[in-house]
Amino acid sequence: MEENQGVWVFIEVNEGKIEGVSLELLGAGRKLADKLEVPLSGVMLGEGVMPLANEVIYAGADQVYVVDHPVLKDYRTESFMKGVCTLAEKYKPEIFLYGATPNGKDLASAVATDLSTGLTADTTMLDVDVEKRLLEASRPAFGGNIMATILCKKHRPQMATVRPKVMKALETDEGRKGVIIEEELELREEDMRTKVLEIVKDVTKKASLAEAHVIVAGGKGLGDIQGFQLIHELAEVIGASVGGTRDVVEAGWLKHEQQIGQTGETVTPKIYFAIGISGAIQHVEGMKNSELIIAINKDPNAPIFDVATYGIVGDALEIVPKLIKQFKELSKEKGGEMSYV
Amino acid sequence: MHIVVCVKQVPDTKIIKINPKTNTLDRRSAPAILNPYDAHAVQEAVKIKNKTGGTISVLSMGPPQAVAVIKKSVEIGADQGFLISDRAFAGADTLATSYALSKALEKISKDNPIDLVICGKHAIDGDTGQVWPGIARRLDIPPITNVIEVSEVNKKEKYVHIKRKQIDGYEVLQSQLPCLLTVEKEINDIEYAPLPNMINAARYEPVIWSVNDLADVDKTQLGLKGSPTIVGKMFSPPKLEGGKRIEGNADSQVEQLMGILMERKDLLKLKTANS
Repeated sequence: MEENQGVWVFIEVNEGKIEGVSLELLGAGRKLADKLEVPLSGVMLGEGVMPLANEVIYAGADQVYVVDHPVLKDYRTESFMKGVCTLAEKYKPEIFLYGATPNGKDLASAVATDLSTGLTADTTMLDVDVEKRLLEASRPAFGGNIMATILCKKHRPQMATVRPKVMKALETDEGRKGVIIEEELELREEDMRTKVLEIVKDVTKKASLAEAHVIVAGGKGLGDIQGFQLIHELAEVIGASVGGTRDVVEAGWLKHEQQIGQTGETVTPKIYFAIGISGAIQHVEGMKNSELIIAINKDPNAPIFDVATYGIVGDALEIVPKLIKQFKELSKEKGGEMSYV
Repeated sequence: MHIVVCVKQVPDTKIIKINPKTNTLDRRSAPAILNPYDAHAVQEAVKIKNKTGGTISVLSMGPPQAVAVIKKSVEIGADQGFLISDRAFAGADTLATSYALSKALEKISKDNPIDLVICGKHAIDGDTGQVWPGIARRLDIPPITNVIEVSEVNKKEKYVHIKRKQIDGYEVLQSQLPCLLTVEKEINDIEYAPLPNMINAARYEPVIWSVNDLADVDKTQLGLKGSPTIVGKMFSPPKLEGGKRIEGNADSQVEQLMGILMERKDLLKLKTANS
């Protein structure tokens, strides 16, 4: 165990671009590596990814392990797991972080099984006990009602997947110097039992929630599906995306992919309207990092007011139409549409 | 076609309460249910069986009362169910759980080779989604997570076509059978159980296995002992600071809010016709 050293971050690449969460993890990993006084490394697999290696260094890494191979063109558990396990067995990191994306979670679980080590899912807070060299990975448990700190005392590497948008990326520093280590790997297409036939990008979906600047979200407090139409109307007028709580999705007012919260999307827009939402912890977990939160709710004691930047106690069915009217007039006056910085 | 669905009994986290003094959860406060994602997994198995024929088995690990979720699965349309229940399994983290389940799957496969394992994306009480890829690794079959559609099952040529949800869209994959799928909720709608299924389920007694019923088990890999991760501490989520209330009647509240938004030019600006 003592031979394991260094903090690693899995660098996820999609369409020739590094995922935001990987850069965030380099920021978080930098702090852990500095505390432990060990190097921070990025691990990047793919086809034609070599040109991205410098970006990993600019984002905080001391070194980058790169496996550039045609079989790694698209993500597949089998090929990526083989690559990552080979590197981890050769270089023996003590901490290994992955973004909690579909691919990151999938890969980390497979790697943990092969390396027979522990893995903490969907971490939202990271720290390290320097003396014991223990990663303290904290995550919401039981629907977000409570936080649990998970430790992996006797196995290495200590692994965790980390939620996107909860850690901060460092400012890119193009002056940073680091080492790029290219690794050769024997991979054969005919050994792969899974083939990627097609990749379909749904740009509207990405823009709709995870990347949205403004989100109008509604809850059961709107009464019924007619009342919920106000959410769509307000969103339409201000060019925002629509989201909702688990309750409204289960009631069939919204699609599953529009659910915001712990079992849905995590969002971080500039402005978040929480309308008729009481603020159950599961929902709050998915939106609390929004920059400006405006809550409208009848119940003055609703927990949503504990997280809202501005709270309006009142009837959404009365207030939202007035708000829509104001925005309509405003855009007419200015002769244009809303846009966001 | 032999499809095995792994299911879990979970407390309904929507209702569960936390004891504020001890920071532990009061399990008695919440009813135990079939993990919602697993219900979709069983439903998907039923859909596939309707096309290909075959058998649906359900496997769960848990205390004896977890037979309830197997009965529930039979109600949805599963043919038979197995529960592995033993103190030796208690306290297992995801690595130890995937080990125990994979041993049970090996046993099930001996009598009737498994073509497809289907699981829910994750359990709503743990939210990890780590057990299933672990099972696939141990059985050495490819895992495909976040499945939103099973578009083709070719029993003869032994492959499936599936749609897998991605960050910004989806991908279409082909995997050889046997393989393991984990499903998202949008894959299907849970249908009302037909009456004969309900009667079947009420009478059905699942097979219960203890650790000694499983073959070649390395007991050091089970339960608490076989779990590399432990819970260090539990604490309340950090309190967020709520902000200002906007007082007054509805008109005045809306006016004040508009004023606030207009001042935050850093967040929102109006594009004029000329700009």
